[in-house]
Amino acid sequence: MSLAAHGFLSPSGVEIAFLLVGLVTFGAALVTVTTKQLVHAALWLVVTLGGLAVEYLLLTAEFIAWVQVLIYLGSVVVLLLFGLMLTKAPVGRSPDADSGNRPVALAVAVAAAVSLVWVVVDAFRTTWIDLDGPAQGSTEVTGHFLFRNWVLPFEALSVLLLAALVGAIVLSRKRATATRNSRSGKEQR
Amino acid sequence: MHLAYPAVLAALLFCTGLYGVLARRNAILVLMSVELMLNAVNLNLVAFDVWLRDTLHAGQALTLFVIAIAAAEIGIGLAIVLMVYRNRGTSDIDRLRDTAEGADTPGGAGPDATGAAPAQKAEATA
Amino acid sequence: MTTTTLAVLVPLLPFLGAVAGLLLGRVAPGFVRPLAVLPTLAAAAFAIAVAVRQGGGDGNGKAPLEAATQLTPTGSVPIDLALYIDGFAALVAVLVGVVASCVQIYSTGYLRGDARYPSYAALVSLFTSAMLLVVYSGDLMVLLVGWEIMGICSYFLVGHYWETSEARAASLKAFLVTKLGDVPFLIGLFALASDAGTFRITGVLKTVADGGLDHPTLIALLLLAGVAGKSAQFPLHTWLPDAMAGPTPVSALIHAATMVAAGIYFVARLLPVFAASAAALVVLAVMAAITMVGSALAALAQDDIKRVLAYSTIGQLGYMSGALAVGDRGAAVFHLIAHGAFKALLFLGAGVIIHAAGTNSLAAMSRMRGLSQRIPDAYWTVTVALLALAAIPPFAGFFSKESVLVAAEHTALGESGGAAPGAAGWTVLIAGLLTALLTAAYAARLWLLTFRGRGSEVPDYGKQPLSMNAVLWVLAIPSIGLGLAIGYLPGWFDGHSLAPNLTTSVLGTGIALVGGLITYGCWRHTSALAARNPIGAVVPHPDTEPALAEREAIEIHTQVYGSIAGAPDPADPARLLLGPLHRHAAAGFHLDAVYHRLFVRPVLAAAQLVRFLDREVVDTYVRGAGTGTGWLGAAVRRAQTGNVQTYLSALLAGSVVLAIAAVLVAAGA
Repeated sequence: MSLAAHGFLSPSGVEIAFLLVGLVTFGAALVTVTTKQLVHAALWLVVTLGGLAVEYLLLTAEFIAWVQVLIYLGSVVVLLLFGLMLTKAPVGRSPDADSGNRPVALAVAVAAAVSLVWVVVDAFRTTWIDLDGPAQGSTEVTGHFLFRNWVLPFEALSVLLLAALVGAIVLSRKRATATRNSRSGKEQR
Repeated sequence: MHLAYPAVLAALLFCTGLYGVLARRNAILVLMSVELMLNAVNLNLVAFDVWLRDTLHAGQALTLFVIAIAAAEIGIGLAIVLMVYRNRGTSDIDRLRDTAEGADTPGGAGPDATGAAPAQKAEATA
Repeated sequence: MTTTTLAVLVPLLPFLGAVAGLLLGRVAPGFVRPLAVLPTLAAAAFAIAVAVRQGGGDGNGKAPLEAATQLTPTGSVPIDLALYIDGFAALVAVLVGVVASCVQIYSTGYLRGDARYPSYAALVSLFTSAMLLVVYSGDLMVLLVGWEIMGICSYFLVGHYWETSEARAASLKAFLVTKLGDVPFLIGLFALASDAGTFRITGVLKTVADGGLDHPTLIALLLLAGVAGKSAQFPLHTWLPDAMAGPTPVSALIHAATMVAAGIYFVARLLPVFAASAAALVVLAVMAAITMVGSALAALAQDDIKRVLAYSTIGQLGYMSGALAVGDRGAAVFHLIAHGAFKALLFLGAGVIIHAAGTNSLAAMSRMRGLSQRIPDAYWTVTVALLALAAIPPFAGFFSKESVLVAAEHTALGESGGAAPGAAGWTVLIAGLLTALLTAAYAARLWLLTFRGRGSEVPDYGKQPLSMNAVLWVLAIPSIGLGLAIGYLPGWFDGHSLAPNLTTSVLGTGIALVGGLITYGCWRHTSALAARNPIGAVVPHPDTEPALAEREAIEIHTQVYGSIAGAPDPADPARLLLGPLHRHAAAGFHLDAVYHRLFVRPVLAAAQLVRFLDREVVDTYVRGAGTGTGWLGAAVRRAQTGNVQTYLSALLAGSVVLAIAAVLVAAGA
């Protein structure tokens, strides 16, 4: 695990794969936040999230990778697309996709990126992840630690999800009920 | 594998999300950017969990929880955006300026006033 | 009751009357008059009783009554509530009590319809009480309390007609000028007490007798400043003529018995302190001489009847100061008492005259016929008082003034053997004789112009109330008869004879007669002019109550003649007598103008400067604080756009900056 053994100039295969996928992911993320076409942004988000799923796989976290694919690619992006449709987002290029805050945002983001990358690189220059041996995120392992050690938070999470479900329904149905109530009120009158 | 790779990727993704949150006008695009930031954090969690070989696998467990919470958050968030859109006729962040001072800042209140008119009408009918 | 109890009651009763009057003035108006008159009358009766019990008719006087109690320890120099009643105190208290009673009774008629009568009467009572406290007190600090209460009461009473600008200005002036003297007076008292180690008068006198006073000249001069302020002596006398803007009874009270007498009485009481310094006596003599002659000249030129009397008061006070300067306090207090009686009579008579004539201007009165028939009581009593003022035998003024002149002559010739230097004696003697001439002249002028006017008949404004006329006759008794007491009085005082001697009495009376006759001659000469020069300042509502008529008269005098003091009357005999001096004398020798230049203008300039500094400099900072905050607020407000993204940008930018700073610190950069 010495520096000489694992230099940056002699990357392993996994590293090369990680780097390539990472570049794709990062590029897709950049397009997501910069494109003028709103629907395209959602689609580029799919690429980003998918790239991340691959990265999880490369880090031997299989289960999380599949969860990522299922939940993010499967449901979240679909939800977002629905949202775009329901808010009548323009299809095609919309010139006002970015707000006037853009220069400030760019400055803050670049400053944060520079400082974060500098700190991270400075701190973990020589740190090596040993990916050999049994996979650390296989479904079996995940099942073990999740239901052996993390049962209570897991269950609590289900309550949270339920609450979110109810909340979302209430929020989106409120107006419909309100109109119906008022309509019935008018009928009574 | 060097830990620096996932860490740097996570940092860059996070900052990309940051930029999106600050620069995007449409509320749904902002939510997407938030997802990007969450995912950057997830990547970090997984990478460090793998590196540390934690017996409890706290990193991965937390990643799962974050994914679940993110799903809940996106559901609620979209519901709110939808309501705002229905009430105001827009989902542009920079036109929702009700917290600003009213009468003497025409630049801030002007578009709001027109945007709020149908909403008030809706409230009145309700 | 013991004599001490009686003596305590003397100042206490008017004080209680004042408090009760102020409390009940609005609630029970019916009690105001009894509450004003009765306590003062009782105090006068008690003062007489104290004098009779204490009195020293046996030639040497009894030992002075002394009583003291200490309320609370007051540090190194104790302050006691002490009584010290010798012959001087007993007699002056009788004078104060009698005059104050007369004034109170007179006021019930004079201010019968005045809305502010309750507070007026209460203040007069308080004034009387303060003066009695000064008279009886055996402790200098307690004396000072009475002294200052008189100052503030005079302010209120002179300003009784505060609707007129003259009264407002006069009351302020009286207060400020007397305070100007009171500051050195207070310092002098402290110096005296620190030298003597006590505030008790007996202790002070004992220290002086033992020669224990370290700085006699300094102390005497400091005290003299206060005395000059209170007793209206030369440089600080200017408040007194202006104080005529007050009601006439107040003038009588202030200028006859109480306020101005306090200064003379104080010096008389502490005469050994002043006698310890020959320089102080010379200063006092010069002060008295300037005061006497200057005020007599000014009195000759005044047109307002009350201002004539005011200047005459200053001059008579000069006589008393002169007597003190030659070291004879018996003569001084004798003149104080005699003068108190006839000057009170003159002022109260002047009140009647002003009401009856409807004017306070001598020029206007000289163009009216028959004023003497209209008010016979005032005519006869004022005539008596003027004869007393001019020192014509056998009236009281003659004997008291002679005693002063005799004392001055003794000192001048070196016969008295006292501490007073001969120069002081000569100064007082010469100035006194000159003043006697002038006094007779202005008394004659006053009498002729007032009662021997020619022209239209005086309109009839109704009879004067009994309360006012009766008081005049009461006061006429001592004005006529006090001279008979000269054989009896020395026993009350230091034992010096007060009898006139032949030289001075012939000289003084002769000079007075000459002065009167010259004035008469001039009047005969000028009175013919009066008919050709119609002039007059008569009040528009003469048939109202006396106080109201007087107030209007004071206001109108300035409007008609352009000056509160003089009148452009060619028929005035004083013009002939004084010649070119008349203009200056009418203006009080421009002392007010000098003071205006010396003090008022610099003070006003300083006030302007302070105002400028306050407005332009201090306020700039204050306004700047407000404006700066406003600008800051406007700047901060611009940041509150309502755009959440802006807020978040600022928040995150701040976080990044903080994070970088934290990293740098951690890295030790």
